[in-house]
Amino acid sequence: MSVAIIDYEAGNLTSVQRALTKLGADSIITADPEAIARADRVIFPGVGAAASCMGNLQRSGMDQALRAAVASGRPVLGICVGMQLLLGHSAEDGGVDCVGLLPGQVRRFEPADSSLKVPHMGWNPVRFAAGEPLAVGIEAGSAFYFVHSYYCQPERSADVMAWSDHGHEFCAGVRCDNLAAVQFHPEKSGPVGLKFLANFLEA
Amino acid sequence: MSLLKRVIVCLDVRAGQVTKGIKFQGNVDLGDPVEYARRYYEQGVDELVFYDITASAEQRDLFIDVVERVAAEIFIPFSVGGGIRSVDSMRQVLLAGAEKVSVNSPAVRDPSLITGGAKAFGAQCVVLGMDAKKVPATAAIPSGYEVVIDGGRTPTGKDALAWAKEAEDRGAGEICLNAIDTDGVRNGYELTITRMVADAVGIPVIASGGGGEPQHLVDAVTTGGADAALIASMVHYGDYTVDGIKTAMRAAGVGVR
Repeated sequence: MSVAIIDYEAGNLTSVQRALTKLGADSIITADPEAIARADRVIFPGVGAAASCMGNLQRSGMDQALRAAVASGRPVLGICVGMQLLLGHSAEDGGVDCVGLLPGQVRRFEPADSSLKVPHMGWNPVRFAAGEPLAVGIEAGSAFYFVHSYYCQPERSADVMAWSDHGHEFCAGVRCDNLAAVQFHPEKSGPVGLKFLANFLEA
Repeated sequence: MSLLKRVIVCLDVRAGQVTKGIKFQGNVDLGDPVEYARRYYEQGVDELVFYDITASAEQRDLFIDVVERVAAEIFIPFSVGGGIRSVDSMRQVLLAGAEKVSVNSPAVRDPSLITGGAKAFGAQCVVLGMDAKKVPATAAIPSGYEVVIDGGRTPTGKDALAWAKEAEDRGAGEICLNAIDTDGVRNGYELTITRMVADAVGIPVIASGGGGEPQHLVDAVTTGGADAALIASMVHYGDYTVDGIKTAMRAAGVGVR
C-alpha cells in the first residue's frame, strides 16, 4: 500500500504522514505527477487560506495531478482546505474559483449566536451517511477535530456523506464515487481519526 | 450536538523531563513527557500543551526531540510554549509536529510576534498565553487584572482585558488565560477574569490555573464561559484521570468528548 500526499506548499503536511506511518502505510509527500499517478491512494490535504492554497495548487500543476488521480478511479481523500478546494467557488479572500470537481460553494460561518466562535475549532460529533465505507467501525456520534472558518455547501445532496453542527447543520464530509473529503482532521482526531484513515487505506 | 468543551493537560518540561512547580517556585521532576502524553491520550484528553520552562539554548534540542517523539505517537492537537521568541522558532516547533504555538512574555515585549505568527501560519496556530494577577482597579488597569510576565515576576502595567482584545486584533487564534494567584494551588479557576475575557473576545478562551477537582472545570466552562480548561497537577499526581474528570463533567451536564 502506497499513499501519495499531494505537496503544494499548503501548511503542515507531516501530521498526515505521521498518522499513516503509525498505521503501517508507506507514504510520500510529493509534487511529482508521476509519483502521484503510481500511488495506490492519494491524499489532498490543506491548511491555510483558500486563495493562497489555490494559487500554489495551480502554480505547482498539482491541480492537474489531482484531477488525473480522481479520473483514474483510485481512492482520493481531501482534508480540510483540501475538501473546500474541490468545490466550484469559495467566498474566502474576497472570492476564489476552486478546482470544481464537485458542484457547490464554500461559505463563511456567520453564527447569529455570539457565543459560537469562528474559527470553529475543537471536537464536534459527526454523523455519517448510512453505509459510508470510511465510517465502518466508528461509533455513531464520535467527535472529530475541526479547525476552520469556512464550510462546504455541495449542490447535490447525494454528495454529502457527513454532517456536524455549528450554529446550524453543516456538511462535514463529501463523497462522489472514489473521491471523498472531510472538513475535520482525521490525523488529529485520536483513535476514531486513525480508524477513519485505516478505512481509507482499506477502501 | 455542537462543539464540545475541551480538557487540556499541560506538561511543563525541563531538561527533557515533566516537572511541576507551585506558583513557579520549587519544581519536582515527574518523568518522561512522551509516557505522560501517551497516558493522557489513552484517557481521552482533547489536547496537550508542552511548556519548555527552561528554554535554554542547550536544552532546546532536547525539547524539540520531545516534540517530535510526541508527534509520532499522539494523534490529537498539541501546542508548544516557552522559548518562542521569533517566527523562526514558531516554525521549528510546528515542523516538529506541534499544531499550535503559545506565546507569553515575548509577545508582551514585542506584540508583532503575534501578528507575524498569524500571517505566516494562520491565526489557528497562534495561542496567546497570558498570566493575569488581581490588582486594585485603576485608570490604567480598569479590569482590576494586570498582565504579569516572566513567570509572574514582572508586572507590565497592562490591563489583562485590553491585552486580550489587542491580541485578538493582532491575529491570535486562542487565549490561554492563566490566573497567577490560583496557579498550582488547586482551589478553582479565577472565574471573574475568565468570564470577562471570554465575553470580550470572539476567539476561544482556555481557563488555566487552579484546577483541583472536576467541579472546578465545570465552573470554568459554565460560570467562567471558557471553551476549555487546562489542568496539570490534578492528573500528574494520579489523584484524578482525564476520563474520570470527563465523566464527572458529563454528569454535570457539560458536553465533552
